[in-house]
Amino acid sequence: MPYESFSPGRSCPSWGRGMATPPPDGATSPADPPEPGRLHEIRAATAEDAPSAAAAALLMAWGARPENVPHHGRGTIAWLRPERAERRNGRLHGPGLAALGLDPARLLLAVLPDDLALLKAAADLLRSGSISALLLELHGPAHQLDLTASRRLALAAAGTNTPAILLRVGGEPVPSAAWRRWSVGSRASQPLEAGAPGHPAFTLDLQRNRTGPAGGRWQMEWRPDGWRTLEPDHAPQPPLSRPALPVPAVKQVQPLRRSA
Amino acid sequence: MALALGLAPGLPLADARAREPALAVVLHDPAADAALLRALGRLCADATPTVAIERPDALLLEIGGSAHLFGGPEALAERLQLRLEAHGMRLRKALGPTPDAALAFARYPAAEGRIARLPVAALNLGEEAERGLRRAGLATVHDVARQPRAAIAARFGMGACLAMDRLDGSAARPLSPRRVRARLRFEERLAEPILTADGARTILARLIERACTRLARRGKGGRRFEASLFRTDGQTQSLAVESGHPTRDPAAIGRLFAERIDTLADPLDPGFGYDRIMLSIGRTDPLAVRQPPLQADKEADSEALAALIDRLSIRFGPARLMRLLPADSHVPERAERRAPAQGAIAQGATALPWPQQQKPEGTGPQGIGPGDPPARPIFLFDPPEPIEVLAEVPDGPPFRFRWRRAQHRVSRAEGPERIAPEWWRLKSGALHGGRTRDYWRVEDTAGRRFWLFRHGLYDEALESRPPGWFLHGLFA
Repeated sequence: MPYESFSPGRSCPSWGRGMATPPPDGATSPADPPEPGRLHEIRAATAEDAPSAAAAALLMAWGARPENVPHHGRGTIAWLRPERAERRNGRLHGPGLAALGLDPARLLLAVLPDDLALLKAAADLLRSGSISALLLELHGPAHQLDLTASRRLALAAAGTNTPAILLRVGGEPVPSAAWRRWSVGSRASQPLEAGAPGHPAFTLDLQRNRTGPAGGRWQMEWRPDGWRTLEPDHAPQPPLSRPALPVPAVKQVQPLRRSA
Repeated sequence: MALALGLAPGLPLADARAREPALAVVLHDPAADAALLRALGRLCADATPTVAIERPDALLLEIGGSAHLFGGPEALAERLQLRLEAHGMRLRKALGPTPDAALAFARYPAAEGRIARLPVAALNLGEEAERGLRRAGLATVHDVARQPRAAIAARFGMGACLAMDRLDGSAARPLSPRRVRARLRFEERLAEPILTADGARTILARLIERACTRLARRGKGGRRFEASLFRTDGQTQSLAVESGHPTRDPAAIGRLFAERIDTLADPLDPGFGYDRIMLSIGRTDPLAVRQPPLQADKEADSEALAALIDRLSIRFGPARLMRLLPADSHVPERAERRAPAQGAIAQGATALPWPQQQKPEGTGPQGIGPGDPPARPIFLFDPPEPIEVLAEVPDGPPFRFRWRRAQHRVSRAEGPERIAPEWWRLKSGALHGGRTRDYWRVEDTAGRRFWLFRHGLYDEALESRPPGWFLHGLFA
């Protein structure tokens, strides 16, 4: 039984669900405000994690402190959503934003018909330099988003020093000009009394980082007053029905034989 | 008819109902009344240029100079009466030598057009002075006029004397007629038709310059601009742009038109050439001259954003760019409103506050306090999506549910938060129709958080359908 010794959370290559390296000391934390003038990519770990990824992107956008907008605490944050997302994953709900401690009055919401319109509008908004942060949401394969398109966004963001956050749900990861790429999944929350679900909790994997080492997993919880790091071993992940990645049989079998 | 039944202004509603049980009650809407008066004033605009609106219920027309065109004052009044009656109005008309006299004759037809016979109420001195005059034995204007002026002024104030003077015309009574301003319209007639779209754009830019100069002189900014391009073969093409804020910046308006021209389904086709290009300003708002700030500040910034929102609204349609505004309702799907972002920044200040988590202990739903997790989801399904739920006990939290063909096992749940329907919106009232919803905040074993509700209670269900379960939102 080679697979039984393969318990999630212990033997850890840095990819795949349930396995994590602890983040290196002094590494970029998701709680840090996003660098202005850079394109950050946030991917939903699976399509079902879309709400968590969207919330993480929103929190990141709200935490942005761009230098070009003097009233950065109050500036407008633009969220460009595809119409498909509004239909499939639900409409954005203002009271829910307020409940997270974010002021919905700062949000400019655009619901646009297709990816091309989204990308064009995003570039225009970034170039105008009058917003605090931009959040661009793309669903599915997003064929329009190639390296050129993401590079264009990154340049537009750098031109006005506005942080841009690209939120991707579904679709394959494509090469992009992103400064950082996070993969965000939902995580069991710290329960309150009587088994009530607690504050929103996330699992964030740093998949790509231009300024430092990539890799590393954060278990974070958001409270209206800020981020908190959770103990990694709290609430074990659900048992996997199959191994997360195919492991060459030979490597696994040999130590077992020896121990037997 | 109302007067015949003994109903008069100022009567309490209960008394009025006692006199006439079948009374139809309509709330007083002064703004709508004023709008109607203005509309009626426009209908009378051909009789005279001086049409003044006398709130709450009268129009004053100065016809001294125009009555002869219609065959005398009576003929003119008859004509206006017929016209307004054709619009379903019933009016009392009166002619008088002074505006106040005409108003008084219309309100007190018993005087038969003679100032001396008007009751003292026609002086509009207020209830107390009127009662005082009656107590002094003065019932008509004639009686008042026979008294020494000094005595009247000492007893009832100069206002009484002024009202008397205005009735007979010895004191002037200013009218404030409604003013009609011609729509701003600028056009260029071309001796030689212009054969290229670029040429047309150049001329349009020139017209915009002229329009902006004129707007600046009026202290106004345009909200809606319409350009009409007339072709030599009789075809006309119209382009309209709207701006969220009043503007008279030629460059900004030019950009809006450029955006409109770029998004046309059929590009501009000059054909045999344009021989006339016209720009008209459909709507203006006051726009004061402002001193430019020394530093780029918040205002300059939001102006840049407003200009961009205008452009994007032209490209994608104004309904696609939104701001979220709170609405006054406890039902989740009605707790917010989406307003077009164009022009919404200014409105945001007057909006209601968002329901905050920070409520005093115990007053919020289930005593939501600052330290509690969000009680409302960030994504809401409208309409809610039906799910299949397995609960351990009928009124208990869900144990397992199936949504979009996937099973979810609930590991944690909180609830119910009971949200009753808004019975005041239901036709049948509080007791019939409209089902209570019991909301549960649940988390499944994969760590995803949902907002579920049971539509209806099991007790209610006995008489109708069993309660159904729905998924209404997703938490972060």
